[in-house]
Amino acid sequence: MQAIFKREFRSYFHTMTGPVLTAVLLAFTGIFFVAYNLIQGYPYFSASLSSAAVVLLLVVPVLTMKSFAEERKLRTDQLLLTAPVSVNQIVFGKYLSMLAVFAIPCVIMLICPFIIKIYGGTALLSDIIAVCEFFLLGAAYISIGMFISSLTESQVIAAVGTLAVLLLLQLADGMSNIFPSSAFGSYVCFFVLIALAVLLIYHLTRNVYIACGAGVAGIAALTIAFFAKKSAFAGLFGSMVSSLSLVSRFQKITSQSFDLTTIIYFVSIAALFVFLTVQSIQKRRWS
Amino acid sequence: MIEVTNLTKKYGDSTAVDNLSFTVDKGQIYGFLGPNGAGKSTTMNIITGYTAATEGKVVINGHDILEEPLEARKCIGYLPEIPPLYQDMTVGEYLDFAAELKGIEKEKRGGSVDDVEELLKIKSMDGRLIRNLSKGYRQRVGFAMALLGFPEIIILDEPTVGLDPQQMAEIRDLIKELGKNHTVILSSHILSEVSLVCDHIMIISKGRLAASDSTENLMKMMQPETVLTVTALADKRTVEKVIEGIEDTELQSIEETEDGNTKAEIRYGSDMDRRKDIASAFAAAGCAVIEMNTEKTSLEEVFLELTADEEKEKTAADIVADADSDAEDLSEAVDSVMESGSGDAAEDEKDAGTGADQDTGDSAEGKED
Repeated sequence: MQAIFKREFRSYFHTMTGPVLTAVLLAFTGIFFVAYNLIQGYPYFSASLSSAAVVLLLVVPVLTMKSFAEERKLRTDQLLLTAPVSVNQIVFGKYLSMLAVFAIPCVIMLICPFIIKIYGGTALLSDIIAVCEFFLLGAAYISIGMFISSLTESQVIAAVGTLAVLLLLQLADGMSNIFPSSAFGSYVCFFVLIALAVLLIYHLTRNVYIACGAGVAGIAALTIAFFAKKSAFAGLFGSMVSSLSLVSRFQKITSQSFDLTTIIYFVSIAALFVFLTVQSIQKRRWS
Repeated sequence: MIEVTNLTKKYGDSTAVDNLSFTVDKGQIYGFLGPNGAGKSTTMNIITGYTAATEGKVVINGHDILEEPLEARKCIGYLPEIPPLYQDMTVGEYLDFAAELKGIEKEKRGGSVDDVEELLKIKSMDGRLIRNLSKGYRQRVGFAMALLGFPEIIILDEPTVGLDPQQMAEIRDLIKELGKNHTVILSSHILSEVSLVCDHIMIISKGRLAASDSTENLMKMMQPETVLTVTALADKRTVEKVIEGIEDTELQSIEETEDGNTKAEIRYGSDMDRRKDIASAFAAAGCAVIEMNTEKTSLEEVFLELTADEEKEKTAADIVADADSDAEDLSEAVDSVMESGSGDAAEDEKDAGTGADQDTGDSAEGKED
């Protein structure tokens, strides 16, 4: 794992990717910092950070796009997958190296809360926590990008796909309005969701029985729940979609209240997609 | 050492490797021989654990490649068809990385990198970026990577591709040297190369083991032959009779040409020159020989014949395609097409269908390779 981590990390700084991404992220954060905190005199750095979170949408796909797609295209994955290291180690090595690249601008950002403190700011601790949460938000995004990169051979598709997914998550909060708010509307939306999940399961397992079984069980559970507690279904789908949004959660924490569920949410998203990346690479071996 | 049992790999509907079983013993050089798309690379990828087989089992030094992958892979050094090189690293960095990846301890790492660089003569390239290397040097860097730490089993997929003749000879000598204390498996579609280096040859065709024997035995079996083309001023029957009377020869084909002469192809072992016997036999029968031509079938052709056997059974179209290199097939094809006539048209169509399936299968497999 160490070998892969070192190689990946070096490769980000052998090419321009690492320096450019660090510079872009710092430049935009700097602009927000100057505008909000220095010129307008707003005493919380977290406000600048929540604006800077948009920049992650561009930075993360560029960071993650080559992680697995390039290896596969250049056949260098043959070296990794035939070496005496496990797939877990390969994925962790790569993930940690991307986190390390992303940690550099985050560490530099820590200067900002101290600058605010010099001018009489009182929120030093919560601002430092906000930077850590910004890092965790990035970590969740990076895991999603890495997973998408492991699905394809093309870096461009990996980047565009990651951008699309992250944008969708970003907009999920606002999109919740477009879903029907009636109980039956929510039921239909869940129904469609289950149908899509069944298709996905079938695609992954190529087993009709497992896919149909899961589908029937899901729909039965959904229908029972619907008739048992109809009132709870009103607007449920919309609120579920909006709760997917990582950024709206992030903006919540920057409003000076420490929220453990958000941190758990970010970490579990990261863990889930790291796990899925391992699975997607294992699966490729079998197909 | 390596036990492969009932290995099958399917990509969708096409079968790349079909029920392959063999054992590889310690301290020998094995050669996988087969035309492109025969399943050599796929088999090697399965043995090294890069891809998983649909069915079957690979056991390396007592470790199953799927159940104990790390222990099994520790015993193997693998050079894939395309050397897995990182373009943005220097040769030294790359070999260092590969050594660490293979779990060579820190103190020994520098030494083992030096050793393989020395062996492959890439010491002077240590500081060069891999991106800037020529194909031959890249191949050598890949080879060096496979040798790092000198694992017991070394698997090389077409190791001499892209090398100039002198480098090829060097690499061959190196492989022979390695074969003294390692087990080496290499693949190639060039028979002469395999026969020069390997102790044991396995011929793979369409994912199946067509032949497996020591190089010596296989060479005996694949004795090259000479084909002599004779044109005589006589009718077909006379010529046939004359040729029947000559010992140790075989009539391959015979036809009457437009101007009333007869053209015959006679086949015999290349170990002796039979032209004198044949000429005097014709003279004794009173037939004037107006043309005589010899042509040696090379080992390559024998090999082609061996791997093309199955196709012959399948479709006439395939045989015609093969016939460019093999006149015997052509005449057979013509005969079979003549015989089949209109009544067998439906059957022919069916055959053509299976032939087409085969083709798509091949191309799919080629992509995977």
